[in-house]
Amino acid sequence: MLIAATCPVFSLLLSLGTQAPAPQALVWGGDAEGGAPFVEADPANPSRVRGFDVEVAERIARGLGRRTARFVQVQWSSIDQSVERGDFTLGLSGVEDTPVRRARHAVTIPYFEFREVLAVRPQDAGRIHSLADLRGHRVATLGATIAYDLLLAARDSAGLIPLSYDDDVHPYADLVSGRVDAVLLDHIIAQRALRRAGGSAFVILDQPVALGHYVGVLARADSTLRDSVDAVLREAMRDGTLEQTLRRWDVWDPSQRVLFERVLRSGAAKAGGAATSLQIIAYLPSVARAAAITLVISILSMALAVTLGLALASARVYGPIWLRVATTVYVEVIRGTPLLLQLFVIYYGLSDVVRLPAFLAAILALGLNYAAYEAEIYRGALETVTRSQLEAARTLGLSELQILRLVRGPQAFRFALAPMTNDFVALLKDSSLVSVITVVELTKQTAIYATNVGSWVVPGALCAAVYLAMSLPLARLARRLERRWSPAT
Amino acid sequence: MTALLVIDRLSVRYDSREVLRALSLEVARGEIVALMGPSGAGKSTALRAVAALQPFGNGRIVVDGFALEAGPVPPESRLVPLRRRVGLVFQAHALFSHLTALDNVTLAPRHVLGQTRSHAESVATELLGSLGVGGRASAWPSQLSGGEAQRVAIARALAPDPPLLLMDEPTAALDPARRTALGTTLRQLSEQGRGLLIATHDTEFARAHADRVVSLTA
Repeated sequence: MLIAATCPVFSLLLSLGTQAPAPQALVWGGDAEGGAPFVEADPANPSRVRGFDVEVAERIARGLGRRTARFVQVQWSSIDQSVERGDFTLGLSGVEDTPVRRARHAVTIPYFEFREVLAVRPQDAGRIHSLADLRGHRVATLGATIAYDLLLAARDSAGLIPLSYDDDVHPYADLVSGRVDAVLLDHIIAQRALRRAGGSAFVILDQPVALGHYVGVLARADSTLRDSVDAVLREAMRDGTLEQTLRRWDVWDPSQRVLFERVLRSGAAKAGGAATSLQIIAYLPSVARAAAITLVISILSMALAVTLGLALASARVYGPIWLRVATTVYVEVIRGTPLLLQLFVIYYGLSDVVRLPAFLAAILALGLNYAAYEAEIYRGALETVTRSQLEAARTLGLSELQILRLVRGPQAFRFALAPMTNDFVALLKDSSLVSVITVVELTKQTAIYATNVGSWVVPGALCAAVYLAMSLPLARLARRLERRWSPAT
Repeated sequence: MTALLVIDRLSVRYDSREVLRALSLEVARGEIVALMGPSGAGKSTALRAVAALQPFGNGRIVVDGFALEAGPVPPESRLVPLRRRVGLVFQAHALFSHLTALDNVTLAPRHVLGQTRSHAESVATELLGSLGVGGRASAWPSQLSGGEAQRVAIARALAPDPPLLLMDEPTAALDPARRTALGTTLRQLSEQGRGLLIATHDTEFARAHADRVVSLTA
């Protein structure tokens, strides 16, 4: 046992002593949630991955003289940050070639050319031929992609409404259900979604909106290794192994041969994709808009939570036994389950019954969730008012409602004010969860911004500053109100 | 002339324990009656029963023609005449802690009797002044001394002008000088034609200031 445990240490020491030979394994990162044909868990052995990106990684490992390629799971939108952190050497998982990525990291030559294609419902296929036909319509895509940048550009030029998703499955589900009118994504993803949906649920338009390329991404400091990877990829293009891989996964088409020839001829293909400004100033309007969305969602959710919370608390304090039981069940169920789950249930789970717009679903989920917490605050606050004060009010002839309005409520409100404000600040931050149902609020916008510029430092600091700017004045206001309403002691 | 308050064979049980057994007493207009007895004898319970805060199992209570029968406490909507007739000063004062002394006193006149704010405030100011706490009108309950809080509580109970005033242990928090002053105040109130029922275990105070003493045994 001891020997087994110390063996890696010995080998580490040995390797340090022998002039650093090439490591045994190429550690590469990708997102198996992206699924086939890129990277997916092998159904025969879920601890392994398979897909054309897996085979490309293995081919690169062989070409570099490594014994194996070891896979590290990473969220797709975090590949750039993870490779710079050193979590793995090579990121490879449908990673798009963009000018920003080239500027920030060491990027390989492209090994696959994809088409950004539009998917629409069959009845719209005769009417919609390009982004220009989608004025006023909702168009979905995966966040932080070239496709999303294309949609953002088309928002201004063509007047469509871009919607960003965290995965590439729900855009198509929402297209079929009518929540969105079109989806713009890589043709591989579109074709896979069409097969899953039975082949006729929607139509993929022939004319691509744009072309893009998949590349591998390495840390900026690894440019020498990148050159070696480029050499292996060129070799794989020449000897036909890359073509075999792509054919095996049924993604080969003639445009790949054109790409290979161009790459082999010129050394490096020109990066595709929408140009993105790196200036912070350019992001400020979108961050400001996202902050406004965060604030509006938070205020409306809190209004709902306070109203419903008051009703729940009144029912628990004044109601008959069955109502007290019902409200107790509501409060405990809501507090005992994750808000994220409640969001999914309200947005996706109920979509067969009532198809709520994302913004409304977000406010509903947050409001219903926080109502349970507000109810407990109000109930506790109502119960802090002494019985003798309530009896004194009765002997003076005040009705039950007057006692609540004039004696119990105002005192309870004072007790509830501080915890309510704390809850509002918490709600402000919890509102970031609604990005999972396509609402682009402050945190989501920051993630998009960070992906675009390839760093979290400036976007993260900006985002934190905006949240603080919203929450600190609230905390101060609460302290002031508390002082004003609480009689001097 | 019929008495202002008639308590006829009042009995109260808490679970199996008998707190009051067949208490009978009367209070006439202009009369101060002290209800005496050691702690636990049921003095507070008797006052609470008269103020309809406490159900009772046997007996009958009549306040200026309004009768309370044995059984559960009736809903507030049926107690409106009683609320006009009876004021209760709690032992712990029970002032509304979010309102100033003046607002404590004007709450019922404004919201139950429908008086205007200015009218209610002028009456309340006069009332507080006559009780010697006119200068404390704008103070919060937490800023008042025990004696001041008690006088504000008396003013609050008197503001709707009830003919019957009940007081629970009014001397508990008072020094001797203030006890004498309270006695004088009670006498003034009785001279205005009110009936006063004072629950107390302070023999000296009862002997000095009450017209009559009714004793309970534990």
